[in-house]
Amino acid sequence: MMRKKPVDFILFALTWLSIIATATVLILVVGYVLINGVPHIRPSLFALQFTTQNQSLFPALMGTLMVVGLSLILAVPLGVFSAIYLVEYAKRGSRFVKIVRLTTETLAGIPSIVYGLFGFIFFGVFLGWGLSLMSGAFTVSIMILPLIMRTTEESLKSVPDTYREGSFGIGAGRLRTVMRIVIPAAIPGILAGIILAIGRIIGETAAIIFTLGNVARMPNNLFDTGRTLSAHMYALANEGTHPGEAHATAAVLLIVVILINALSSRIARLIKAS
Amino acid sequence: MAKTNKFSLKNVDLWYNNFQALKNINMNIPSNEITAFIGPSGCGKSTLIKSMNRMNDLVEGCKITGSIMLDDESIHGHIDVNALRKRVGMVFQKPNPFPMSIFDNIAYGPRTHGIKSKFKLNDIVEKSLRDAAIWDELKDRLKKSALSLSGGQQQRLCIARALSVQPDVLLMDEPTSALDPISTAKIEELVINLKKDYTIVIVTHNMQQAVRISDNTGFFLLGEMIEYGDTQQIFSAPSDKRTEDYITGRFG
Repeated sequence: MMRKKPVDFILFALTWLSIIATATVLILVVGYVLINGVPHIRPSLFALQFTTQNQSLFPALMGTLMVVGLSLILAVPLGVFSAIYLVEYAKRGSRFVKIVRLTTETLAGIPSIVYGLFGFIFFGVFLGWGLSLMSGAFTVSIMILPLIMRTTEESLKSVPDTYREGSFGIGAGRLRTVMRIVIPAAIPGILAGIILAIGRIIGETAAIIFTLGNVARMPNNLFDTGRTLSAHMYALANEGTHPGEAHATAAVLLIVVILINALSSRIARLIKAS
Repeated sequence: MAKTNKFSLKNVDLWYNNFQALKNINMNIPSNEITAFIGPSGCGKSTLIKSMNRMNDLVEGCKITGSIMLDDESIHGHIDVNALRKRVGMVFQKPNPFPMSIFDNIAYGPRTHGIKSKFKLNDIVEKSLRDAAIWDELKDRLKKSALSLSGGQQQRLCIARALSVQPDVLLMDEPTSALDPISTAKIEELVINLKKDYTIVIVTHNMQQAVRISDNTGFFLLGEMIEYGDTQQIFSAPSDKRTEDYITGRFG
């Protein structure tokens, strides 16, 4: 047996320490939220209408799903197809590609409150959409666009060029190569990006309160105002009169996020299998 | 039977930006024979084979002059590049099956060119796999992922994939360089059997391989074709000093 060098042992200990620290933090947070939140989950929290008595989170839950759905419909096709253009069609290393990359990277680094302010002024005031589902979803979709573009780009780039060569070599054109060979191979990465984006939308408060508003009811139409779970929690915690309900909302939020992640990875597996 | 030429190259020059990778190549490639390109790394042999189905079009900054004729028709003329690649199939250095089932790998080509009938596709898949001498090994696992096969099987699957669109020519770019000796022997045997129906051009690093399987050999050095002719002739009595130095192992 070779004697272990001290450096080996230190690195080994460090990797273990890191994983233990990470797992501990995760367990503490999840545990804290669930222990404080779950006992306060009551059927009345899911009443269709919000009242001061029931503090129902149902309208906010619906608002969250609407904002997530609508902004994904807006941002996913745009982000995915832009990335396909940049990776598969644009000349590699061209000036235009560099400018687009620089722009998206800058967009990705902007704090969400700035998006909120922009959305409020542009969609809410200039276009006259007011505080509404439309203003909220458009603002949030601009926010997640760079994220979706970047992750899609990375996953397209990670598809080996030998796949493309094989497809071109048999006489397939670029469109067919991209649609039938490259995208299917990149789907897991693209979905991972979408899941990250969903997480960002669900966790967003500043931009949402500025554009969707923070009224405790379900939006009746695209130009109606409402709130999301995170904004709801923010309101409850801010008022300080219903700490139990705030904790319960946090627990529900956590469960929703876990459900969405589980669902997405299931979808990813289904797509891969077919 | 008189030899007919499948490919005829005249004054072919090729640049990657400012670097000239091929210098004034002139050669005829006879039908239904195996023609091998040999030479040290960077001599232009892979570049040349990739010019013959215009895979170099995909390389940015690549410029080609001179004429390459396939059956007396210029491959840079009216011919559609996808139709050209259907006629001139290619097998690559590293086996590159698509991440899908064995069946779908073979059916991808015919589907690309418009064949939809399940019945016809079944026929094509079986025939292509038989021609690539791998049908017996794979017939019971057509639905399995192609990535689960061994390297040698993957490469024969790629040959079957190339055959699935009924090409005239098979270009092989060092098809055995990533394989073990047993898989290599199987591929060599297969290639010899395929020349009845196809014209084969093979790039190889392995001189013994050229001797074993090819009818004609071209020796390349620094972008120039030094010598081209009958394989036996080249290896027993090369007319150029540089060819002799290379095949006797003095450099390369």
